[in-house]
Amino acid sequence: MIVPLTHVLILAGILFALGVLCVLVWRSNVIMLLIGIEIMLNAAMLVFVGGARHWGTADGQVFALMIMAMTSAEVSLALALVVHLHRKRDTVNVDALTTGSRPGAPEPSAGPLEEGPEA
Amino acid sequence: MEAYLFYLLAAVTVIGTVLAITEKHPVHAIVYLVSSFFSLAAIFFLLAAPLIAMFEVIIYAGAVMVLFMFVIMMLDVGRSGDGLRPGLRQWLPAMLLAGVILALLGMMLAHGGWPAPGAGAAATLRDFSLTLFRQHGVAIEIISLQLLFAVVGALYFGKRRGP
Repeated sequence: MIVPLTHVLILAGILFALGVLCVLVWRSNVIMLLIGIEIMLNAAMLVFVGGARHWGTADGQVFALMIMAMTSAEVSLALALVVHLHRKRDTVNVDALTTGSRPGAPEPSAGPLEEGPEA
Repeated sequence: MEAYLFYLLAAVTVIGTVLAITEKHPVHAIVYLVSSFFSLAAIFFLLAAPLIAMFEVIIYAGAVMVLFMFVIMMLDVGRSGDGLRPGLRQWLPAMLLAGVILALLGMMLAHGGWPAPGAGAAATLRDFSLTLFRQHGVAIEIISLQLLFAVVGALYFGKRRGP
């Protein structure tokens, strides 16, 4: 192994902390929040691949592949949801998206929840 | 030599990610993140996982980031995002939590207890394929079903309904 496993884990920990930071900070833009989730999943993949290299088995790489497939499914669904909500509410601010966008549902009175132009 | 390359790529990854999450404009953030993922793919290659490195470039830096870029440009969220930059009120608690995570990592490192260096030989591509399709065949089926469900769900959400 070219570097100790500890250093790989330190890098993964720093990346994970940065992802948590991105998710917690960017509540005003749901796309940046999804980017934070991507960073965290990449940190998890780095741990799996580093462990696979450390113990000389291939299972970690297999699970990194699983994480990658799961991420592509998650991103496609989440971005479709973002497009849908942007059509309904005309915002990407997470704090403004407090309810689902069921057509005909009663709107909560408080908050900046003006209905966007109907698609 | 490879060790220096690892630390260099790790620095590029961390700096690219920091620049991405502090950037106001989402398109610039995506470009920083693509460079970060490229160097992470090189790290995967150094860790003897060439297939994962290739998929990182193709799926993450290619497909997923282009999908993000596509949605950003379709919704036009980069133009009107001036008043939406997170202020100090959002940064402080988040940085506190990230500091707690890093402090826990440092405490774990200080107390040691890491496993001894394991087997020296890296898993080859043949080992990877055998493990993937012999031991985790059911997981492959479940993942493919999940991708199918994601396609159906994305079609449902993306369909233009209403009058």
